[in-house]
Amino acid sequence: MGMAKENQFHVLAVDDSIIDRMLIERLLKTSSFQVTAVDSATKALKFLGLVEDAASEIHQEVDVNLIITDYCMPGMTGYDLLRKVKESKSFKDIPVVIMSSENVPSRINRCLEEGAEEFFLKPVQQSDVNKLKPHLLKSKVKEEKEQPINN
Amino acid sequence: MEVGQMQRQWMGYMKSLFMEGFLDGQFLQLQQLQDENNPEFVVEVVSLFFEDSERILKDLSFAVDQQSVDFKKIDAHVHQFKGSSASIGAQRVKNACIAFRNFCEEQNIDACRSCLQQVKQEYIHVKNKLETLLRLEQQIVAAGGSIPMMEWN
Repeated sequence: MGMAKENQFHVLAVDDSIIDRMLIERLLKTSSFQVTAVDSATKALKFLGLVEDAASEIHQEVDVNLIITDYCMPGMTGYDLLRKVKESKSFKDIPVVIMSSENVPSRINRCLEEGAEEFFLKPVQQSDVNKLKPHLLKSKVKEEKEQPINN
Repeated sequence: MEVGQMQRQWMGYMKSLFMEGFLDGQFLQLQQLQDENNPEFVVEVVSLFFEDSERILKDLSFAVDQQSVDFKKIDAHVHQFKGSSASIGAQRVKNACIAFRNFCEEQNIDACRSCLQQVKQEYIHVKNKLETLLRLEQQIVAAGGSIPMMEWN
C-alpha cells in the first residue's frame, strides 16, 4: 500500500462547485494537509480505485486518510459516496465528512447514521477544519494497532 | 497618494461594503486565507466567482425563457448561485437567490422572471464593488504596503 508523506495526512475533497473546491483546498492546506480535489463522486471512486462493482475492488495503491465531500452533487451524491466507501473492504475505516449548504436535520442524521464522522454546514470555516485532526489521529492509531508486528 | 492614505481608504470602503450588506463575514474568511505564500488567493476566488456567475446567469436566462418552464432546473441553477455567493460572502446576491428559490417552489414564473432581474442587479452591484476593492488592494501592494487585517464582530 502506498504510504502517505511522513507526518502529512492526505485528504480527498469532493465538490462539484469550483469555488467551494478552491476554498476547501485552501482551508485544508492551511492545516498542512495534502489535498486531492475532484469535482464528482464518480471521480472520487475512480481515484480510490473503487469501481461500480464492489467485487472488482483492486489492491489499493492510493493512501487517503480522510474524505470530505459535498452532499448535493449532480449524479452521485455525497451520501451515495459515503455509502460506497463504508461498504468497501479497503476504505470503510476512512473517516468521511459531509458538507452541505442546507441545514436539514433528517439529512444530517441520515449521514451520521451511515457513518459520517462530521457534518459541516457551508461555507466551511477554519474552525470546522480544525475538528478534523482528532478523527485522523484516531484512525492512524487504529491503523497502527492493526499492523502485524515485525520482528 | 501615500500608502497609509490608501490603506485608510481601503478600510473605509470595506466598512461601507459591510454596512450596506454587500459583503458578510465570509469575505473576511477569504482575506484571512491569503498570505505571503498565497498572495493572490482573494483575486483568484473572486475572478472564479465572476466567471461562474456569468455562466449561471446565462443558463438561468435561458431556462426562464423556455416555452415550457422547468422549475426544477431553474431551482438547481439558483441553488448553485446561492452556494457560490455564500462562499465568497456576497450577501445580497445570496439573499436574492433565497427569495428566488421560494418562487421556484411556488412555480410562479412571473415572480421568477422578476427575481432573475433582481439577482442580476445584485450581482452587477457586488461585481463593481469587488472590482473597486481589489483595485485598491492592488495599488496598496504596488506601493509596497500590505492589506490591513479587518475584524468583524
